[in-house]
Amino acid sequence: MDVRSQVSMVFHLDKCIGCHTCSIACKNVWTDRKGAEYMWWNNVETKPGTGYPTKWENQDIYKGGWEKNGNSVSLKGAGKLRGLKNIFHNPHLPVLDDYYEPWTYKYEDLFTAPEGDDQPTARPVSLVTGEHMDVQAGPNWDDDLGGSIDYARQDVNFKDLSPAEQEVMFQLERMTFFYLPRICNHCLNPACVASCPSGALYKRGEDGVVLINQQVCRAWRMCVTACPYKKSYYNWHTGKSEKCILCYPRLESGQAPACMHQCVGRIRYLGVMLYDADKIHEVASTEKESDLVDAQLGIYLDPFDPEVIKAAKKNGIADSTIVAAQKSPVYKFVKEWKIALPLHPEFRTIPNLFYVPALMPGMATVQDGVYEESNPQFLWGGIDNNRMPVKYLSSLFSAGNTGKVVEVLKRLMAVRWHRRQVTVGDVKQDVVDKAMQEVSLGKETADAIFRLTSLATFDERFVIPPAHREESIEMLESTADVKGSTGFGFREKPARGW
Amino acid sequence: MNYLLFVVFPYACLSIFLIGSIYRYKNRAFTVSSLSSQFLEGKKLFLASQLFHWGLFTLFFGHLIAFLFPRAILAWNGQPVRLLILEVTAFVFGLSAFIGVILLVWRRMTDRRVQIVTSKMDVVVLLVLLTQIISGLSVAYYNRWGSSWFAAFLTPYVRSIFVFDPQIDAIASVNSLSLKIHVISAFSIIGLIPFTRFMHFLVYPVDYIWRSYQQVMWNWDRRDIRTSRKWRQGEPSKNN
Ligand code: HEM
Ligand code: SF4
Ligand code: SF4
Repeated sequence: MDVRSQVSMVFHLDKCIGCHTCSIACKNVWTDRKGAEYMWWNNVETKPGTGYPTKWENQDIYKGGWEKNGNSVSLKGAGKLRGLKNIFHNPHLPVLDDYYEPWTYKYEDLFTAPEGDDQPTARPVSLVTGEHMDVQAGPNWDDDLGGSIDYARQDVNFKDLSPAEQEVMFQLERMTFFYLPRICNHCLNPACVASCPSGALYKRGEDGVVLINQQVCRAWRMCVTACPYKKSYYNWHTGKSEKCILCYPRLESGQAPACMHQCVGRIRYLGVMLYDADKIHEVASTEKESDLVDAQLGIYLDPFDPEVIKAAKKNGIADSTIVAAQKSPVYKFVKEWKIALPLHPEFRTIPNLFYVPALMPGMATVQDGVYEESNPQFLWGGIDNNRMPVKYLSSLFSAGNTGKVVEVLKRLMAVRWHRRQVTVGDVKQDVVDKAMQEVSLGKETADAIFRLTSLATFDERFVIPPAHREESIEMLESTADVKGSTGFGFREKPARGW
Repeated sequence: MNYLLFVVFPYACLSIFLIGSIYRYKNRAFTVSSLSSQFLEGKKLFLASQLFHWGLFTLFFGHLIAFLFPRAILAWNGQPVRLLILEVTAFVFGLSAFIGVILLVWRRMTDRRVQIVTSKMDVVVLLVLLTQIISGLSVAYYNRWGSSWFAAFLTPYVRSIFVFDPQIDAIASVNSLSLKIHVISAFSIIGLIPFTRFMHFLVYPVDYIWRSYQQVMWNWDRRDIRTSRKWRQGEPSKNN
């Protein structure tokens, strides 16, 4: 057992209101720079939809992630042989137009335009070329277009749904959608790290954050192709790739990442997971795709188990980190309560960002024009008749294993029955008991789920392990040398090479 | 004059190259990049970059082998058919590089987005490459069977440069302008390395072949921290 600690996350989709505050927080802090304008390390997309970059989930196009290869896995569109062969031109690289051409407006024209009969307008100008442009696409171009032909129907997750099943999703009265906020998953088996010929990417041992060393990146762009979530981006100006850094400078000082701190819906949770690094290869190479979720859950260790604690200490994991793992909201959602699932486990990168799938509005049905979300007559409401078909959800969150999604939805529903009984009291006790029994959920657990879901304070949502890095500075730098400078001090201006 | 061109200039280029690239690698690592522009324009680049690089890649190793093992080449050329095969192959790769570089120039000139990321040095780079490739092709065509005569003229000269005992008689006596241009521009490419994107082939990632796929880094020895006395239980965050 090789115990390591990983900072992991849970996003509760039922609570996401699609306000994009998270994206803006991230943009303001990290990507409001030349060459990075088009990057959204955090983005929120509408599902069903094509996402950002367009159709990123379709690995027939982008060749991201790992694929099963005998008893092992190999990179789909990169790797030693393929990478070095394609180093002069990377055939699966998304280009600017797959994201969008960033632009601003000529605001000055509003003030300087000569007097005339028409209102002056601020024309869009490209942030790449500086010229006037016609905007073709933008960030969240398909925002809220849950039933649209151009976007929703192009969603690759429909591949397992029959045309009839798809059609049902697009009927005007039944149409529905939910938001899917995405950041880098800081994977346990990161395809980006494996694909980098220069070895510029690495996973930090202490907390599992995946980073790109800007001094070592040589713009071979393999990580952009290899990341199946398209969360590694190429900065066209500096000639270096960049990615979400999980706000590690904030984490190290005990603050939540900017996107999470700002989250208006309070959908985000962050905490430590202890895992067994010896099992990474085995889990990634799981035979059947439908077993991937269970295999992944098996890699995370119980932080209360004395054996695990012993092994963790032996590996140099600090006591305070172990305590953080025991208090981790992520551990509760993922392992104890089993109501959070990874996004696209079939990419086999073992992502560390889990989603509580949206129960509403999917489970809600419209009957005779009446919006009916829970009808005691059918215990599980519209689960078979879900407006958001379970098949669709399972192609997002469980590699097509519908059982996993149904289980989660039922547990979430049972919590609702229980809380409704407590607060409103209009459902019979035996109905509630039956529901709770079927998903083997106790009252205390249901209350705990309810509490952490809706009433949790900042410190309950973000259990950040104290960083012991402040002391390690002395090992990396002579403190006298950097006295008076900011942080580690600028060593080199991040200016484009020549 | 010949002394200046074939002794002073090469040594100047070589020393600039050595000092400059080590300095840049160590102190200006952020600027060392292939500065890919595929993200801005990917379609035209495909043929351009593939033709150019594979052509150059092969020619580079061809030249290297010729200078290191001239006898092997001469032995191979013992039969005229084999000589022909070698020369034609080399010429084809030369043409490939030539077409590639022409396409690269065309792409840089016509694509608006690529123009934005084109620096003065990119222009210089493409110009010397054009000179180098055209002069090379012309030598191959007009002064045919270079793979046989190079051992008499070029190998001794280049070797003499590297053993610090420059012998320029052979090269100076050669009656071919293209050959002289080819040699001079080769040295200028070497001299330009620290000031241009030429740096990118010095950092060719060979170690990728043998390194393990995943890389995990600890900022300190993770076992060591247990014994460190400075460590203490952290405090909860105060930014609630
Ligand atoms: C064998 C190692 C080499 C590798 C891995 C390599 C790789 C690359 C890559 C990835 C690019 C960026 C292409 C893009 O825009 O996406 C590039 C561009 C370029 N390379 Fe190389 N290269 C190598 C050798 C060379 C050599 C030997 C030369 C010339 C002496 C050279 C000259 C150039 C030039 C001039 C460009 C710019 C092309 C343009 O105009 O966009 N490369 N190279
Ligand atoms: S999500 Fe992509 S960029 Fe992030 S760690 Fe995984 S493979 Fe790498
Ligand atoms: S800030 Fe929170 S609620 Fe708003 S879009 Fe982002 S994740 Fe959703």
